[in-house]
Amino acid sequence: MSGSVEQKNKRLVRNLVIVVVAMFGFGYALVPLYDVFCDITGLNGKTNTEAVEETHYKIDTTRNVTIEFITSLNESAPMQFRAESAKLKIHPGEYYTVNFFAQNLTDKKMLAQAIPSITPGLAAEYFIKTECFCFNEQTFAANEAKTMPVRFVVDPKLPEKYKTITLAYTFFDNTEKSVNK
Amino acid sequence: MSAVVAEHDEHHDHGPAKGLLRWVVTTNHKDIGTLYLVFALAMFFVGGTMALIIRAELFEPGLQFVEPQFFNSMTTMHALVMVFGAVMPAFVGLANWMIPMMIGAPDMALPRMNNMSFWMLVAGVLLLASTLFMEGGAPAAGWTLYPPLVLQTGAALPFAIFSVHLLGISSIMGAINIIATILNMRAPAMTLMKMPLFVWTWLITGFLLIAIMPVFAGAVTMLLTDRFFGTSFFDAAGGGDPVLYQHIFWFFGHPEVYVMILPTFGVASTIIPVFARKPLFGYSSMVYATASIAFLSFIVWAHHMFTVGMPMAGELYFMYATMLIAIPTGVKVFNWTATMWKGAMTFETPMLFSIAFVVLFTMGGFTGLMMAVAPSDFQYHDTYFIVAHFHYTLVPASIFILMAAGYYWLPKWTGHMYDEKIGRLHFWLSAISVNVLFFPQHFLGLAGMPRRIPDYAVQFADWNMVSSIGAFIFGFSQLLFVYVVIKTINGGTGEKVTDEVWEDAAKHGLEWTLPSPPPYHTFTTPPATVPTEHF
Ligand code: HEM
Ligand SMILES: [Cu+2]
Repeated sequence: MSGSVEQKNKRLVRNLVIVVVAMFGFGYALVPLYDVFCDITGLNGKTNTEAVEETHYKIDTTRNVTIEFITSLNESAPMQFRAESAKLKIHPGEYYTVNFFAQNLTDKKMLAQAIPSITPGLAAEYFIKTECFCFNEQTFAANEAKTMPVRFVVDPKLPEKYKTITLAYTFFDNTEKSVNK
Repeated sequence: MSAVVAEHDEHHDHGPAKGLLRWVVTTNHKDIGTLYLVFALAMFFVGGTMALIIRAELFEPGLQFVEPQFFNSMTTMHALVMVFGAVMPAFVGLANWMIPMMIGAPDMALPRMNNMSFWMLVAGVLLLASTLFMEGGAPAAGWTLYPPLVLQTGAALPFAIFSVHLLGISSIMGAINIIATILNMRAPAMTLMKMPLFVWTWLITGFLLIAIMPVFAGAVTMLLTDRFFGTSFFDAAGGGDPVLYQHIFWFFGHPEVYVMILPTFGVASTIIPVFARKPLFGYSSMVYATASIAFLSFIVWAHHMFTVGMPMAGELYFMYATMLIAIPTGVKVFNWTATMWKGAMTFETPMLFSIAFVVLFTMGGFTGLMMAVAPSDFQYHDTYFIVAHFHYTLVPASIFILMAAGYYWLPKWTGHMYDEKIGRLHFWLSAISVNVLFFPQHFLGLAGMPRRIPDYAVQFADWNMVSSIGAFIFGFSQLLFVYVVIKTINGGTGEKVTDEVWEDAAKHGLEWTLPSPPPYHTFTTPPATVPTEHF
């Protein structure tokens, strides 16, 4: 009898170890699953990360949408960063360009990446950028200041309930970590 | 069978090895159970000391005793030590001692792995404690270890992460061992639906542990590679997302709180019938309620994240799913109450702690329901209200039931009776002071005091002072328990205890059919019949 208990234990332990390994894998699988899930549902306010061709929309002059611009620096990166205006009233379907200013406050070369985010998240899929400094990592020479345009359009299909869309950029100082250095 | 037993006896000594080495090399479930319990009790005081440092600092507004950074280390380490060093090991210790004796098995299924998981736990906790002395101090970002903040930890970060790995492996091994013991080692007469509820709840907890600990290990490994190997799982600059960490953490974290409460439910369901002198009301509904709580615990995690900016549909789903848990939990509270209803109750110390558990745990459940309401949670989140919530579900619940278990089984373990007078004194001091300690934290939270801060606005001063006074009374009262335990081991009241110890206990559990104290090896032949009074 004890022999068979030992065998049963062995088999059970083997199966349980498989579960453990599978769950460790599951933890990692959550990473792509999360991205896919957010992509399909458009939940976490991510906008397009590559330039979109400028296409023509019918401009909807019957309504206004307010676009707010927020700029921030991660871990107090040694930079200055602001938008030319805090908000803009726009018509869906029309293209606009807004300038952002950033300056490297150090006397060394700096590599920095801006990450955009849209609130409310579900409006992100209607917010289309054809030009943005966030598509690539930006290189700043020592103390260099740059004016960087963002060109965008809001798809007229944007549901009526969205009256205000906030576009937030955070600049990350990537000088240490960048693969481009 | 008997031939096998005889052969077995020739190879092994019947008693424990001599000297201190016994405790290092032992594979005996009773020895390992004792090791776990003693270790957990020691860590209870280590974690408790950290809590008293927190409460001393918060006694008055302003910075008195410690640096803010060290204060944050204290809240972080207090939680990690209590969760991984005290509560979880204490229940593993009880499982080691009691499960073989409750199901009529000679030992745990995998005795050598049992020894290893204990010593790995010790190594993990020592490694964690060593971070206190490292450059930049111990982790201070909260026990949830949220990035990006936690990535600012100094030299301690990799050590804290390895310590989480060790603790995780240790509890996974413990869980595998317990599952194997329960599934494969039961006496033939002990069918699944005759098992005491403590055994049932541990079986389910074991499965929870092997499902969630690897996920947590994965999450902290991602933190490690984000910090040292250039990955960007949670780093927005590299395309990652810190909110993802919260999802992974709480996928582990919410079931983890049930790892601490399900065995608590099991012990309560074991003790209450004995002192109410009635069978447990609704045995099978208890089993199903436990299983459904365990299942639901996997699909409610984002109730910890109502404020991260989830869309409406997500908020609503997690809100209703969370509220669902109140149903099986309510079934349990109903069953315990119904078990006591018209019972011939007596109020020995284990029963006092168990009754207090039923009442005070229910309060913790109610505040949980309040926070489950997503729009209200925007007010409660990250305030002292949530601190009050989970301390009600952990201190007067898990800790009280661990105390109850101590008083309940000490006479069995030692063969001596504990001092009932001091036991009751311990109970009353604890039950009163725990409310003085945690009840005012509800008010503080509702008034807007954030959690994890070393200093606060003056309007919070009064209730913080009350809370700190409760904390010191509660903390020092626990020394009475140590006194009782030591005294009981050394002969107790001198009163001779019977095998049964408590009136008719043998009708409720197999362990009470054994001598007190039980011999080093028990049930080398399985018992022919098993008690059925508990269901
Ligand atoms: C009816 C049952 C319960 C409900 C509905 C519930 C609900 C909740 C909710 C909504 C939160 C998040 C609050 C916030 O962050 O704003 C929370 C936090 C928490 N709950 Fe519960 N809970 C229940 C039972 C329990 C039990 C039994 C335990 C432990 C044994 C527990 C331990 C915790 C802990 C530790 C936290 C805080 C985690 C942290 O942020 O550090 N809860 N609970
Ligand atoms: Cu939870």
